[in-house]
Amino acid sequence: MSISIRNISKQFGTFQALDDVSIDIPSGELVALLGPSGCGKTTLLRIIAGLDYADRGQILLDGDDASARHVRERRVGFVFQHYALFRHMSIADNVAFGLRVRPRRERLAEAEIRRRVKKLLELVQLDWLADRYPPQLSGGQRQRIALARALAVEPKVLLLDEPFGALDAKVRKELRRWLRQLHDEIHVTSVFVTHDQEEALEVADRVVVINKGKVEQIGTPESVYDHPATPFVANFLGSVNLFHGRVEDGHLHLGEHALALGAEGGSEGRAVAFVRPHEFDLVPGWHADGGLPARILRVAAVGPSAQIEVSRVDGELIEVTISRDAFQLLGLAEGDQVSLRPRHIRVFQAEALAA
Amino acid sequence: MASMKRFSPLPGFGLAMGYTLVYLTLVVIIPLTAVGTKTLTMGLDAFWAAVSSPRVVASYQLSFGASLLAAAINVVFGLIFAWVLVRYRFPGKGLVDALVDLPFALPTAVAGIALATIYSANGPVGKLLEPWGIEIAYTPNGVLLALVFIGLPFVVRTVQPVLADLEKEVEEAAAGLGASRGQTFLRVILPHIAPALLTGFAMAFARAVGEYGSVIFIAGNVPMVSEITPLLIITKLEQYDYAGATAVASVMLVFSFVLLLIINGLQGWMHHRYARGA
Repeated sequence: MSISIRNISKQFGTFQALDDVSIDIPSGELVALLGPSGCGKTTLLRIIAGLDYADRGQILLDGDDASARHVRERRVGFVFQHYALFRHMSIADNVAFGLRVRPRRERLAEAEIRRRVKKLLELVQLDWLADRYPPQLSGGQRQRIALARALAVEPKVLLLDEPFGALDAKVRKELRRWLRQLHDEIHVTSVFVTHDQEEALEVADRVVVINKGKVEQIGTPESVYDHPATPFVANFLGSVNLFHGRVEDGHLHLGEHALALGAEGGSEGRAVAFVRPHEFDLVPGWHADGGLPARILRVAAVGPSAQIEVSRVDGELIEVTISRDAFQLLGLAEGDQVSLRPRHIRVFQAEALAA
Repeated sequence: MASMKRFSPLPGFGLAMGYTLVYLTLVVIIPLTAVGTKTLTMGLDAFWAAVSSPRVVASYQLSFGASLLAAAINVVFGLIFAWVLVRYRFPGKGLVDALVDLPFALPTAVAGIALATIYSANGPVGKLLEPWGIEIAYTPNGVLLALVFIGLPFVVRTVQPVLADLEKEVEEAAAGLGASRGQTFLRVILPHIAPALLTGFAMAFARAVGEYGSVIFIAGNVPMVSEITPLLIITKLEQYDYAGATAVASVMLVFSFVLLLIINGLQGWMHHRYARGA
């Protein structure tokens, strides 16, 4: 089922949680709402579910206006950050809950309910826990049960609010891969909220970046990462080095140094520029003809890449990541002089940063 | 014991346990044993005559019946009170919250006199009820009213924190799965607070069985009708019938103890059933 979010605005007191948000989510897609905490993403998810109501705007489910419909009638599955399982019910009863509370004439026979619960528990690979109680399960297991419980009522839309937020890093990684596989299996339109850009980029078909109640950019993970539409998106997705300077005749001027801008260029005037740590080439020594002169402060060469912290002449710190092999070939050490040559610079007009 | 002390991560087991036993002995066991030994001074026939006379049996019925009923009423209204205090914000909430505890602090005689005055046939509330044929003061209804009054805080105070502990998300999850409000209450909220409700019930009941001060002012104390067992015990004491008084007291003691044991057992079962591994 497709979801259309049309001009949704929501205010809490004087705080504008959502400001004229419009998003179209086609049927069967897995979409991430990504943004810093307090940006309004959870509020938007709750409005889609019918747990909160917008001040203005509409939610269309499959083209029908659902704005006034109660959460009971929207046929959405909602998964909460802290699982919200029913503590006094066994795992099987938790999953069966949505089937058992149906009006008598629509209710399935008890044997059919049990069969479905078993199938769902197999789907989330936890059928051996059917008779346990939620407090006996680990966080990752509880969240999978919460998902099975939400899927039991065959929702048209699955909404997940920071589903992995309360889990430790390793479980989180496992579970998000698993969620992606599950989605490829069942293909129910899904929206999940996260503040973790890595999670959003890895799992989602499309990412909606939200900041201060507004949509900054909508696109595939590749497009929002490689072609950020705003300084906020550039800054929020992945680590990044920020430079303040001026753009003049195809060059970015930083103090007395100038860096050539590629084909993308940038409009003339004061500008902010972003370069990701892995988009620098490192050249030993200082060269008059190009690159930013700097000095290596610290090197952490653990794992496949070397994280290098360099300091520009004026003291500003820059992070550089290159492969460990390449770093070893350069034969550089802490304290050495280097020139930084960015392969890719994203330039925005300075005024855009304030927005 | 020595090895246990050495390895226990919790300090002070020996001291705390010893203190508990001494305290329990001095404050609870010795006085209660005295009741038993005094009772033993009378013969079995005399004991049976003392505890099974029609007037005494009628008082048991009133004391235990009214106490159970009052505790049951308090479970319903205490739950509503706790619900309002936990769920809603309204002006004067702090005041209402404080008023709930008043029956704890008020001298029971004051409560009894106040209730009797207000609910008697010519009191401000009793006057309104009289045309309907409802009499409260100086009837068993009065006993019930006084017991409801003193028992209310027990239920409110035991349920309140447990209710506050229940996350809003759990109810939202139930609604999202299609449960109506009624189903959410019966299947999700009630099982969660049931152990606390039962504790509140047990405490309100225990308090009501032993209550004396407030009841005697409003009950009218008519033998066979509105006379509670604690009053009968006092009456016997005043007639220097010490053995008779302790005989009735020991019957009450055993009754109450058995009832509380049953409630405790029920609680243990519920805890096992609903809060496994928590």
